[in-house]
Amino acid sequence: MTAVVETAVELRDADAALDRVVQAGDGFAGVIPAGGEFRIVDLCGNQAADTLFYDALDLGNRYSATDTIREQGAVYLTTGSQLLSHRGDLLVTISADTGGRHDTVGGACSQESNVIRYGSHTRHQHACRETFLRYGAPFGIGARELGHNVNFFMNVPLTPAGALTFADGLSGPGKYVQVRAERDVLVLISNCPQLNNPCNGWNPTPIRLLGWWQA
Amino acid sequence: MSTLVAHEVPGGAAWSVLLRSGRELVLTARQNAVNCSVLLFAAGDVDRLNVPDTLKAQMSACVRAPMVLMSDRGAALACVTGSSLDWHDALCGHSLDRHLERFGRSDYAEHRNEWRRSARAGLLSELRKHGRGEADLHACVNFFSKVAVADDDRGSLHFVAGHAAADDWVSLRAEQDLLVVLSTAPHPMDPDCAPGPVSAQIRPADPVAPDDPSMLFRAESARAIEAARAVFA
Repeated sequence: MTAVVETAVELRDADAALDRVVQAGDGFAGVIPAGGEFRIVDLCGNQAADTLFYDALDLGNRYSATDTIREQGAVYLTTGSQLLSHRGDLLVTISADTGGRHDTVGGACSQESNVIRYGSHTRHQHACRETFLRYGAPFGIGARELGHNVNFFMNVPLTPAGALTFADGLSGPGKYVQVRAERDVLVLISNCPQLNNPCNGWNPTPIRLLGWWQA
Repeated sequence: MSTLVAHEVPGGAAWSVLLRSGRELVLTARQNAVNCSVLLFAAGDVDRLNVPDTLKAQMSACVRAPMVLMSDRGAALACVTGSSLDWHDALCGHSLDRHLERFGRSDYAEHRNEWRRSARAGLLSELRKHGRGEADLHACVNFFSKVAVADDDRGSLHFVAGHAAADDWVSLRAEQDLLVVLSTAPHPMDPDCAPGPVSAQIRPADPVAPDDPSMLFRAESARAIEAARAVFA
């Protein structure tokens, strides 16, 4: 039985069960036990953390951007946002957010979408989809199991006229977003290596992952 | 041009078709306020519609002509060659069984073929016939539906009632061989449960000319169409 960490308790780095730096362009996969608090720290600022969540006990029950957007009646994610699976189940809730706004519309970069957006010279650049597949493979997550992800720290405003834009992120060095696992959740992260747009300030940088739960 | 296949999909039902490259699927609303949730797959392949890539590459919050519907692997699956509507929702996904609960109990035993079914149930039913399943569910396009995005801190969403009327239409040209799976269940945010029929018509498409509107729309759109031609080499 995993003990629930009360959010009222001060979460100190020294007490973290997970403390990991993920370098630019690298990834992470791991389980957050139910009740656990999981924090992504934007160490240098202006870094996109592309993230997927799965029900750890049933990987077919995966994060769904569209179900999350629709059920919260809003496009942007921030404190209080409930991230749902495509069966409509609650996976995680954003419990703290010093960044302010996070994107769940724009999806991840891939080698193929880079070619579409920036031209054929980007064909062999490293991209998030490759990181997702590499870190997901040991868990049985392949191309069919990859849904549309959250982009923590990214700002992708939509307009009433139906346009989609990319704007400067609201993040900065040391800002963080934190989620509470509402069930045992597998988190899959690609620390975005994108070099062709300002989502990383043209310079991908490391993120730090902190997790609080009783092992 | 001559119609190859014509099929009427009743309201609240699901349907699928293998659509050959170079053919056009025309969906027409047969009454007011219909919705048609559509999933697209490369036939015989794991590649499928990627709504985030489609929207961000073409800087749009919705699907409209002459946008290209792009796959996970950066290839055009279909082009929206025309539509009487300038907005088709791609943000809100298809309906789940739980969205029907507020309309009361419904089952086959009581309501026969008028029983209420969610888009999820219908899409899964069609996917299974093609050897696919839940892992293949992805963000759909809700043709004929509009969900407006407010210019506020949250990006609040508002379902626009009465967006589509009878005879509104949209045409999709297959850029490679496709599996098209669709449901005519109401949009999940529609406060009413009044599923309406949609007619599906398949016809040969005109060859893609250099001045094709989708080729000229954006450089990204043209590159995706070119990528579809390179799927098989």
